[in-house]
Amino acid sequence: MKKTLFDKVWDAHVVHQIEAGPDVLFIDRHMVHEVTSPVAFLGLKNRKIGVLYAQRTFATADHNTPTINQHLPVEDPLSANQLAALEKNAKEHNISYWGLGHEKNGIVHVVGPEYGITLPGATIVCGDSHTSTHGAFGAIAFGIGTSEVEMVLASQCIMQPKPKKMRITVDGALQKGVSPKDVALFIISQLSTSGATGYFVEYAGSTFRDMSMEGRMTVCNLSIEMGARGGMIAPDQKTFEYIQGREFTPKGNDWDTAMNYWSTLHTDEGAAFDKEFFFDGSSIEPMITFGTNPGMGIGIQKSIPQAENSGKATYEKSLNYMGFSQGDEMIGKKIDFVFLGSCTNGRIEDFRAFSEIVKGRKKADHVTAWLVPGSHQVRKAIENEGLLQILEEAGFELREPGCSACLAMNDDKIPAGKYAVSTSNRNFEGRQGPGARTLLASPIMAAAAAVTGQVTDPRTLL
Amino acid sequence: MAYEKFTVLQSTAVPLPIENVDTDQIIPARFLKATERKGFGDNLFRDWRYNQDNTPKADFVLNNPTFSGKILVGGKNFGSGSSREHAAWAVYDYGFRCVVSSFFADIFKNNCLNIGVLPVQVSESFLSLIFDAIEKNPNTSMTVDLPNQTITLDEIGKHENFDINPYKKENLQNGYDDIDYLLNLKEQIKDFAQNRPF
Repeated sequence: MKKTLFDKVWDAHVVHQIEAGPDVLFIDRHMVHEVTSPVAFLGLKNRKIGVLYAQRTFATADHNTPTINQHLPVEDPLSANQLAALEKNAKEHNISYWGLGHEKNGIVHVVGPEYGITLPGATIVCGDSHTSTHGAFGAIAFGIGTSEVEMVLASQCIMQPKPKKMRITVDGALQKGVSPKDVALFIISQLSTSGATGYFVEYAGSTFRDMSMEGRMTVCNLSIEMGARGGMIAPDQKTFEYIQGREFTPKGNDWDTAMNYWSTLHTDEGAAFDKEFFFDGSSIEPMITFGTNPGMGIGIQKSIPQAENSGKATYEKSLNYMGFSQGDEMIGKKIDFVFLGSCTNGRIEDFRAFSEIVKGRKKADHVTAWLVPGSHQVRKAIENEGLLQILEEAGFELREPGCSACLAMNDDKIPAGKYAVSTSNRNFEGRQGPGARTLLASPIMAAAAAVTGQVTDPRTLL
Repeated sequence: MAYEKFTVLQSTAVPLPIENVDTDQIIPARFLKATERKGFGDNLFRDWRYNQDNTPKADFVLNNPTFSGKILVGGKNFGSGSSREHAAWAVYDYGFRCVVSSFFADIFKNNCLNIGVLPVQVSESFLSLIFDAIEKNPNTSMTVDLPNQTITLDEIGKHENFDINPYKKENLQNGYDDIDYLLNLKEQIKDFAQNRPF
C-alpha cells in the first residue's frame, strides 16, 4: 500500500489499536517544561507510580524564566516555585534537567534539535503547542495537554485518534527579502487560523527543500497557527548533516541502522491525502499581521482588507483592539516595541538576518527592542560570529535565553496599547501583555521596524 | 485524574458569540504559574472579565447576572492556540461541564475530554438557533444527553445529534481515565519499546 510520510511514522508507533477508539501511540522522546508539567508529576504521586522510561524525557526551564540577571534568584515567588518544582520533579524521577543557568538551557523547541533529541522518524511530544517545530526533521511532533503529559510519563504512550492528512506544496524560489516566516504567514492567511484543524500537514515542494533546517523549523513551528496538530518535512541530506554527531543522535552502527530507516521516510508516489493545497513560492511577499489571530496577515504592500459578511463582528472587534481601520496601509504605522526571539524565530539564522539589516544603522530612539536568543548555544554563536558587536553598535542589547515576550509570563510584557513588531507566533489579544498589540513578522521586518520606528518594507533596506 | 461521570446535563447556558476564542483569552499565560490544579476558574476570561484595576467589566457576559448555567456556548473555532490544559481546567473550575460551539480546536477539545468537560460540536445553523434563543430568553434550558448524543433546546423542542468517539464517550459516562487503561497495557508497551531503534 502506498503510504505518506506521516503514515509511515505513525504506523511504526502504534502499540495497540482500540476498536472505534484512539490509537495507543508510543512516544520516543518527551520534552517537559515548568508550566505544563507540575500537575502531571502530582498525578503520578497521587497514583503512587513512577516514570516508565526516564531517559526518554528531557526537562528544560523556559516559559517562566527571566531574560536578564539569570544568575540571581528568580524574584517572582510564583515563578521561582514553579521552577523549583520542575527541578525537584526531574531529580526525583532521574530525568535530565537543563535548568536556568545550565549551559544547555534554552527554549524547549530550540534545544531539542540542538542536542539531537529531535530525530527523523521519531514521535516527539511536549506540553506545548509549538512542539510541531520538530516536524522539520521528519518527526511526528505535536503539543499535548497536562493529562497527556502524565500519560507519557507513566506509560511512554498517549491515546490519539489518527488525524487526517493534508499536503501543502509550495514550489519556486523566494524573492529577496522573503523568509520562511513569510511563507508560513502566507499559508496561514490563505487557510485561516482554523483551516488545518483535524489535519497533520506535510510540507512539500522546492521552496521547503531549498530552506535551511532553521527555516523548516520556523515553518513547521507555525503549523498549529492554522489549527494543524503538526507539520512535517521529509528528511534529506540537509537533515542528516544537521543532526549527525549531536549529543543524543545515534552513533556508529546505530547511526547506519537509523540512516537505513530514515532513507525510507518520504511519501510514496501516488499516496493519498485528504486535502491538498498548492502555492507559488515566487509570488509570496514579506508578510505582516494586522489583527488578533495569525491568519489575519497580508503582504506588506497591501492595505487591511474589508470585513466579509460572515464573522464581521469578530473581525471588527479585532481591528478595534488593534486600533486599526479597514483600508489602512500597514507601511508607516508607528511602532513602540520590537521582539526578536521565541521558538519560531529565536535561532542563529534569525539573528543573522536581523543583524544584516541593522548593521551600520541605529535603533530608532523611541523603540524598545528585546532581542532574546532561543538558547545559550544561540547566544554563544551570536557572540562568536561577531553579530553581538553589530547589534551593540546599532544600539541593541542581547538578553538571556527564554520564551520571554512571546507569551509574557515573565516580566517581558509589552504595555497596554503599545505596538510590537514580533517575530513570535501569536498576535492574540493580550498575548504579549494585557492590552498589548502584536504585529507578527519576519526577523528582517522586525529589524526594519526597529531602525525606522515604523512598519517598513524590509526590501527597501536590503 | 478521575472526574465526575457525565450522562445527561440539563441547564441554562452562558452565551459568548465570538469566533476564534483562543486559550490566551480563556486563561492568560500570567495565570499559569500554579503547581497544583486549583483556583483557575477565578481567572477564566480574565482580561475580558476584569479591567486592569481588577474591577469587573460590566459588559462581559460572565459579569451579567442575567446569564448563568453549566453550559458555555462559544462561536466558531473555540479554544484555538496554546495546548495549556489550564484553559479546560478554568472552564471546569468556574462550573461549566459542557462547551458548545460549531467548531473546536483539537488540543482544547482533547483536554476537555480528558478532564470530564463535554465539547459538543453543532452545526452553524443550530449554533445560531441557540444564540437567538438565549438572547430572547436568558433562562432558555438545554439538555445535553450524552448516551443518546443529542442536544436539545427544551422550550422549542429542537434538537441536533452530535458526534463523539465511542471510547471517549464510554470514559465520560463512567468516569474512566486513560492512564488506568495505559497502565494495564504496560507489558505490551515494554515489549514494543525494546524494538524501537532510538
